[in-house]
Amino acid sequence: MIYDLIIIGAGPAGITASVYAARKRINFLVISKDIGGQTAWSGDIENYTGYQFVTGADLVTKFEEHMKKYNVPLKEEGVLELKKKGDSISIKTNKGAYETKTAIVASGKYSKELGVPGEKEFKNKGVTYCATCDGPIFAGKDVAVIGGGNAGLDATLQLMKIAKHVHLINITPELTGDKIMQDKVEGAGNVTILNNTRVTEVMGDKMVTGIKIKVYLPAGRENEKEKTLTLQGIFVEIGLMPNSDFAKELDKNKKGEIKINSFNETNVPGIFAAGDVTDIPAKQIIIAAGEGSKALLNAFSFLSRKK
Amino acid sequence: MAKNVKVYSTATCPYCIKAKQFLKDNNIEFENIDVGANPDKAQEMVDKSGQMGVPVLDIDGKIITGFDKDAIKESLGI
Repeated sequence: MIYDLIIIGAGPAGITASVYAARKRINFLVISKDIGGQTAWSGDIENYTGYQFVTGADLVTKFEEHMKKYNVPLKEEGVLELKKKGDSISIKTNKGAYETKTAIVASGKYSKELGVPGEKEFKNKGVTYCATCDGPIFAGKDVAVIGGGNAGLDATLQLMKIAKHVHLINITPELTGDKIMQDKVEGAGNVTILNNTRVTEVMGDKMVTGIKIKVYLPAGRENEKEKTLTLQGIFVEIGLMPNSDFAKELDKNKKGEIKINSFNETNVPGIFAAGDVTDIPAKQIIIAAGEGSKALLNAFSFLSRKK
Repeated sequence: MAKNVKVYSTATCPYCIKAKQFLKDNNIEFENIDVGANPDKAQEMVDKSGQMGVPVLDIDGKIITGFDKDAIKESLGI
């Protein structure tokens, strides 16, 4: 069978595209390893219109309910390859192969790693990439959050309520996340902000026991020596990488984000892309949702023109 | 005979919610242990699984880390 459309990914972009696709009554499929994408891992969301406050988990539940209402067909599989094949597009997953006339790549991003010694060894043994999930395990413990952007501040806001002390390690001279979050973090009694600072090593025996950090002073001044912080948890929030490796034929920018035009078209006719996996300038839940809708409408026009 | 199933979880983790929903959908009775509210149980989970991520499932002594649907199915024989 050849589908009209396959949507890769089920975050805000993929789910929104799927709801629109269901309403167009086209023959389509969603392929995704999980539902919700990064939104599922988000803590408190206060900027999604209509919700003054919602948790990531609750917003994803709402997304899922919306999908279920339209009986959106979902395959929980990981995509390994996306390829143009003659007039159609072939998709290989860890469990099967599919053929479709059009595709929307909405596969989002994954957490970047520090790339320092000890990080891989102690993954899930104190090193974690999800404060929302694993935060409560570190109640009453000393922890570090790595990253001074919105994700790092969000993790710090969650952890300062439960951990004994939070070291916020930030590589830039100042925190870069939203001012409203910075104010909350700076006002907390149990958060130490360390700017111009990098993590150089994760230490531990069975579990994490600490980190080595180094302060980088402005040019012309000598760097401080390496310091050791004793702690039990490390929350890495230093940014994201696009899930775009499987799409070898698509043009990407230096960050690996798929290049699209204002119609969500990629360089390959029939393949569209939407949300955080693309090179659009802002990465927000509400923008990803909007892009998902736009991609579907443009894919639908493409299908109509082909008929 | 019904198996003894424990789920070590936190209130906020999406995969804990999914794992519990999966058990409910399959009519499997289980004991939910909120490790965020109970540090002793958090330590018990770390000792059993040798790691600090949630969820952890204990199915008749077999430890499954993460929401590994296929491993859970196999352990439960469903």
